[in-house]
Amino acid sequence: MPDDSLYSVRNLTVEYQTRVGIVKAVDDVSLDIRRGEILGLVGESGCGKSTLGKALMRLHTGPARIANGELWFDGRDLMKLSDREMPDVRGAEIGMIFQDPMTSLNPVQRILDHLTETIQAHEPETSGAAARTRSEELVERLGIRRERLNEYPHQMSGGMRQRVMISLALALRAKLVIADEPTTSLDVIVEAKFLDLLKELQKEFGLTILLITHNIGVVAEVADRVAVMYAAKMAEVGDVNDVFADPKHPYTQGLLKSVPNIRLEEGELYKMEGAPPNLLHPPIGCRFHPRCPFVMDICRTREPAFEPVVGGHLVSCLLYQTANVKQEGLHA
Amino acid sequence: MPEPRLMENKTAAPVPAAETADLVRVENLRKHFPVQSGFLASILNRGHIPAVKAVDGVSFTIHKGEVFGLAGESGSGKSTVGRLILRLLDPTEGRVIFDGTDLSTISPEAMRKLRSRMQVIFQDPLASLNPRMTLGEAIGHPVRIHITTRLEEVKKVVCEILEKVGLAPAEQFYNKFPHQISGGQRQRVVIARALVTAPDLVVADEPIAMADVSVRALLLDLMMKLKDEFNLTYLFITHDLATAKYVCDRIAVMYLGKLCEVGTLAEVYQHSGHPYTRALLEAVPVPDPRHRRKELMPAGEIPSAINPPPGCHFHPRCPIARENCSVEEPALRELRPGHFVACHYAEELLK
Repeated sequence: MPDDSLYSVRNLTVEYQTRVGIVKAVDDVSLDIRRGEILGLVGESGCGKSTLGKALMRLHTGPARIANGELWFDGRDLMKLSDREMPDVRGAEIGMIFQDPMTSLNPVQRILDHLTETIQAHEPETSGAAARTRSEELVERLGIRRERLNEYPHQMSGGMRQRVMISLALALRAKLVIADEPTTSLDVIVEAKFLDLLKELQKEFGLTILLITHNIGVVAEVADRVAVMYAAKMAEVGDVNDVFADPKHPYTQGLLKSVPNIRLEEGELYKMEGAPPNLLHPPIGCRFHPRCPFVMDICRTREPAFEPVVGGHLVSCLLYQTANVKQEGLHA
Repeated sequence: MPEPRLMENKTAAPVPAAETADLVRVENLRKHFPVQSGFLASILNRGHIPAVKAVDGVSFTIHKGEVFGLAGESGSGKSTVGRLILRLLDPTEGRVIFDGTDLSTISPEAMRKLRSRMQVIFQDPLASLNPRMTLGEAIGHPVRIHITTRLEEVKKVVCEILEKVGLAPAEQFYNKFPHQISGGQRQRVVIARALVTAPDLVVADEPIAMADVSVRALLLDLMMKLKDEFNLTYLFITHDLATAKYVCDRIAVMYLGKLCEVGTLAEVYQHSGHPYTRALLEAVPVPDPRHRRKELMPAGEIPSAINPPPGCHFHPRCPIARENCSVEEPALRELRPGHFVACHYAEELLK
């Protein structure tokens, strides 16, 4: 594990049991989340990014199952914890924010009670008054007047509810916040302000944030590094400037070119042909090969490794691995 | 509670012929939705029922053959304007003139006939399609109402349009159900159904908001190709100014039921004269980490449309607001040729 890594995922596979067979929504994925960074995890619907986010907290239920993998969080493997130990990690050490805050908040509970309940559940020794004071200070820092703690979730606007969600994560000083599409239900101006807040919290509290989103612009705006998923696999990971300036994976290249950019003077949007594969029967070899403009014969049979191209820029594409492949071919 | 119909005393004024280049003309359109309140509250309020002023005095024209964008945040009233133009809702006040016909004056029968010339595409294709109807039946429905009821002809028309929207071979899709195809394909079916009656106007209400990034570009491209092929005019309702940039010829920005700004896309984007438009444009996340936003965003969030702020609706959040902004409502005035702005201090912003 790298030293600066707060969360290291190793060879994680998450399966869903369905009527028609097993679907691997996350398939042999490894990822490091570094201390104090905002890591943007992007991909289209169904690529497995939300499943990965939930698996980091072992929040899978029902038909989902972690089939394989190690979840190294702050020095220990969460996979080795029992089901009774996990709730101490959830909320206290890792916080989570979902797309729709209204479904995460209890509609018949005041905002204050959400906060004090969270604090006292994990720190039973804290008195009600102390929990209240802490909650008040926290929400004021997030730009909510303390009087509003007495309100119910429906009395607040969407942006404010999302800030309440952040405050729940910060109430116990979580080290890692997993934010799954946190701005998708917000309007652009509210979204912009929420992103500003995330950046401030990152600096002020040394918070580490995994920002899961389909919105490439949001990642470009706030992330330090970016991870791109395609069809349950990790396609590319790297510094946000490197990946945007020089995307290596053909999928990332297409994805970035198909995003509308309000600043660009001219240009048409790139039209990526085809659609992501059905994960019941993913393509053999590289999963992107049926849509790839640079497809080679070997891509149809051989699965690319996920390895560094330059520095910390990791790519899963045979275009950068053919040298090795050819050598192996010679030896064979 | 019946809505007040304020159009009754109006005679069906003939529309001047000089404006036939306009496909749609919207004049002082208002739509107020009464707020549900209890019996006691209605007595205490003495019959005065508070209303959500979803659309509050909006006027603009859509030229034939253009893509007219209508942008704004949720609650700005942009979708309500779309529905009023299609007469899916009746206006509280004002009128919509479609190709020379005042929609408020015509009979239900005439309106029904006119409907074939105006169609709509909504955001969620799964909600727009009946899950128990095959794609062929869904697209064939408007054909049977407006064109022909002869089975083999209906099928021929449906298959033609299916191929035009990229669902080929059509036979493969004809008998499928909406749940059997992907989200992008579903939106293509909705587009096919909208175009099968050869409409003049298509109201597209966030047509690509639910699609994935890589599918969005394909759908936009399809919509633009079909526009040329069918001589369509689009009213493109969106919250996404970055997408609007790629399709719209002219654009109007709405805030709390009123227009802030109308003009050609280049004018509005490069010389926006309204602080709200500026904020919206700056708030759009740019997919390039070298251009991170530094501008501060306006305070607060969009207020309630039941009691909108007096004067200029935007003044409590406006960075350049002055005293008179909270009293005098700014009129939509022509700042530059063809570019209209509703702000007292638009000139200062342009400097």
